[in-house]
Amino acid sequence: MGRIVLDQVTKSFGDVTVIPPLDLTIEDGEFAVFVGPSGCGKSTLLRLIAGLEDVTSGAIRIDGQDATDIVPAKRGLAMVFQSYALYPHMSVRKNIAFPLRMAGMDRAEQDRRVDLAASVLNLTDYLERRPGQLSGGQRQRVAIGRAIVREPAAFLFDEPLSNLDAALRMGMRLEISELHKRLETTMIYVTHDQVEAMTMADKIVVLRAGHIEQVGSPLDLYRAPRNLFVAGFIGSPKMNLIAGAEAAKHDAHTIGVRPEHITVSATDGEWSGVVAVSEHLGSDTFFHVHDTGLADTITVRADGEVGFRHGDRIHMTPRADVIHRFDEQGLRIA
Amino acid sequence: MARAATTQRKIINTAFAWMVGLLIFFPIMWTILTSFKTEATAIADPPVWFFFDWTLDNYRVVQERSDYSRFLWNSIIIAGGSTFLGMLIAIPAAWSMAFVPSKRTKDILLWMLSTKMLPAVGVLYPIYLIFIKFGLLDTRIGLTIVLMFINLPIMVWMLYTYFKEIPGEILEAARMDGAGLREEILYVLTPMAIPGIASTVLLNVILAWNEAFWTLNLTAAKAAPLTAFIASYSSPEGLFYAKLSAASTMAIAPILILGWFSQKQLVRGLTFGAVK
Repeated sequence: MGRIVLDQVTKSFGDVTVIPPLDLTIEDGEFAVFVGPSGCGKSTLLRLIAGLEDVTSGAIRIDGQDATDIVPAKRGLAMVFQSYALYPHMSVRKNIAFPLRMAGMDRAEQDRRVDLAASVLNLTDYLERRPGQLSGGQRQRVAIGRAIVREPAAFLFDEPLSNLDAALRMGMRLEISELHKRLETTMIYVTHDQVEAMTMADKIVVLRAGHIEQVGSPLDLYRAPRNLFVAGFIGSPKMNLIAGAEAAKHDAHTIGVRPEHITVSATDGEWSGVVAVSEHLGSDTFFHVHDTGLADTITVRADGEVGFRHGDRIHMTPRADVIHRFDEQGLRIA
Repeated sequence: MARAATTQRKIINTAFAWMVGLLIFFPIMWTILTSFKTEATAIADPPVWFFFDWTLDNYRVVQERSDYSRFLWNSIIIAGGSTFLGMLIAIPAAWSMAFVPSKRTKDILLWMLSTKMLPAVGVLYPIYLIFIKFGLLDTRIGLTIVLMFINLPIMVWMLYTYFKEIPGEILEAARMDGAGLREEILYVLTPMAIPGIASTVLLNVILAWNEAFWTLNLTAAKAAPLTAFIASYSSPEGLFYAKLSAASTMAIAPILILGWFSQKQLVRGLTFGAVK
């Protein structure tokens, strides 16, 4: 069980307020992702939940119990760190068994659980090695193993994949998602990578400067960003934001159109411009278009077969039903 | 071609390293060689290298003339004692600076190091007078304290760089894994800190063992360590090179053996932070 409630939580370091009063509920079994640019307070928020930082005011409840003043060791949460934070002087087996040893579990049960975790994570052949003898991906798995053996109320992940290369990152992303499906334990995952957020989360919490900008499922955030910040942050490549006369046509201060909601043509369209860069990914092509009179660059997604090149003049038409409209304050107009 | 170039480079590098190594080792080797010569061959010109009548006479004479074991015992007590006392102060000091740094931590570290820039002779008088006043002259306890203070900045610096390398996240991981303060110190911190403590101890034993300025100036007969034992064989007249060399060899032998067996620790200690 792991329902986590933050009630008017604040955090200040000296005079600097990192988290202004914040309310958030993470349901039992949910995969919640905290996402935002660096310095937005997402790691601090995770550390507050872990108990590694003390809250300045407010309360944290885990399964209905007030955990605000409970030390990290007693909160029943497990954490996977960005640097893995393995114990370098212990073998993989001892690393994974460490939380069980701290809990005073008997040796036979410790071994049984470590062996089980190792087989799930493909670490059986490495149990007697030291962390220094493992690759980055394997170290990450040991860190996850150390977290799962104790069957915590919730898992906390602090940018766990940012030290891995792209291919490995994708593999581990899937593994963590599968792990969540199998264990059905609450997971809170911090990342600055919106792709990780979109692919893994049940619930995304978008943070900026300690404020929650929006909470919702990945598709909610994609379809109906509450403000310009979320609109620009979620989605890759970024949504095109257009202000001025073109926006006024739609009774808005700014409009947003996602690259995938614009069709391109050689002959006619609502907008036109000159291709500056075209990125061919095989399945898709992205055109970065200049001289449109709308914004510095308009990004457009087209089919992989479309073959405009640098310097070509092209015409673009946005899909009218998916234009996002925002007012002067940057808030969504429903 | 590239391969040939690298092989050539390797040979040059190796030759250079050997040259530097031999250059550094030469005085020690010469001392040891001379200790087996007669006084006459010791000053022969041109010098005799390896082909002379090897003799143990010098060692016999030195052994008869002075009580090696008493000097050795003093050296052990002074080097060991000053290192032990120093560690008692340096470990908590370095610990707090590494794990609970304040705005002034860097300044304090620099200030401590700056005391090493002062020539020792600059404070010889005040310390000498203090020693007279407190009756510490020619006592092991006095020397132990002085050598402890002399080496303290280095101990704190070394330990500080070691402790600094222990990532805070590992300690946090231990806390998340359910370890209390006691378990955290016992199972995680101490095992990670021990290599650093060991190399610091080793280096300081060696520094204290070889320290000559204070040991010669603040002792007479009772507390004199091996450095004084060596110095007693240097005389303004007569032939003494071979005997002096024998005394030197006897004085450095214990520390040389200790260093030999712990070279891995020592090298790691001295290059720490540079290699990683």
